Amino acid sequence: MRIDFHPSQPIYLQIMDEFRRQIATGLLKPGDKIPSQRDLAATIKVNANTVQRAYREMETLGLVETLRGQGTFICQGRGIVEETRNDMLTNLVDDFVRAMQALGLNEETTLDVVKKRFSAMQTTEEVKPK
Amino acid sequence: MNGTSPALMLRNVKKSYPRAEALKGIELALPKGEIWGLLGPNGSGKSTLLKCIVGLVKPDAGEIEIDGNPRSRCTKGQIAFVPEMDTLYRWMTVGQTLAFTSAFYQDWDQRRVAGLLEFMGLDAGQKIRSLSKGMRARLKLVLALARKAPLLLLDEPFSGIDPASRERIVEGIVREFKSDEQTMVISTHAVGDTEQLFDAVVFLDEGTISLQGYAEDLRREYGKSINDLFKEVFA
Repeated sequence: MRIDFHPSQPIYLQIMDEFRRQIATGLLKPGDKIPSQRDLAATIKVNANTVQRAYREMETLGLVETLRGQGTFICQGRGIVEETRNDMLTNLVDDFVRAMQALGLNEETTLDVVKKRFSAMQTTEEVKPK
Repeated sequence: MNGTSPALMLRNVKKSYPRAEALKGIELALPKGEIWGLLGPNGSGKSTLLKCIVGLVKPDAGEIEIDGNPRSRCTKGQIAFVPEMDTLYRWMTVGQTLAFTSAFYQDWDQRRVAGLLEFMGLDAGQKIRSLSKGMRARLKLVLALARKAPLLLLDEPFSGIDPASRERIVEGIVREFKSDEQTMVISTHAVGDTEQLFDAVVFLDEGTISLQGYAEDLRREYGKSINDLFKEVFA
């Protein structure tokens, strides 16, 4: 796992976001084992207590579970993938809507711009994931 | 070990030199199992403070407690101190340096040495004389991490070394630090990319603490990285 940190925001939140992103995009699936806290800390060169905090929060949120002596796993069932995708989607769209509002655009104009961009991007090139 | 007392406690610690007041009444309590960054520009009192804790400098006033006990010859064995100054003998090999150093400490853990050397890219046969500054800095960290001291103090472990060694040292600390039995203080005048190491930071400004807190709380509160906060405070 590689994370490009923005150290202006709490690091444990960014670790959680990265796991959410990997769950939402299917890189991590329910039941998959994730690295031990110590291994992840060493890989991303972050204080082990910070990683521990991220794991603890993810457990509280029901994203992962730690089985004694076996490791930490993405939780099974309960539509966790869908839930995470929806959360991410909501956050992304909220950010976008706020940015549009800041530019003084209303719902109608915003939707219009979105449609235009969709067709523009489809005709010029494939929509590439970042 | 006393479970409830802080790993390190400073009360009103003062130290003056003929020309300067280096520490103007430092108050600090470090919980066990955390890595603290002692941040400040050159001459802010970082080294003096660390040396007071180890016992190399005698404070003019104040109290210092290590794990609940007043600092004394008896608490000395609980501290591993890595000075900024290069104290390695140039004519020794890496292996001789390790053997020589191990003789001073009862908490030396020989089983860890081989792994630490390998991780740091060091070889027992190398002469100290032939090592770059970065490699010597790596070796100094090995000497500290080979001990099982509950309190580790590193004075400017990143200053003036190449980025590759810097990265190795950061990773070495993350890997080897045992948060269930150790506490660490790292001083630095250039925060840069090392801020992810710290649980908490203390900004030392001309002998006084101007800001302290948990790194994640400070990031949230100010919306800034520790490095940016540092630059702002000491601009």
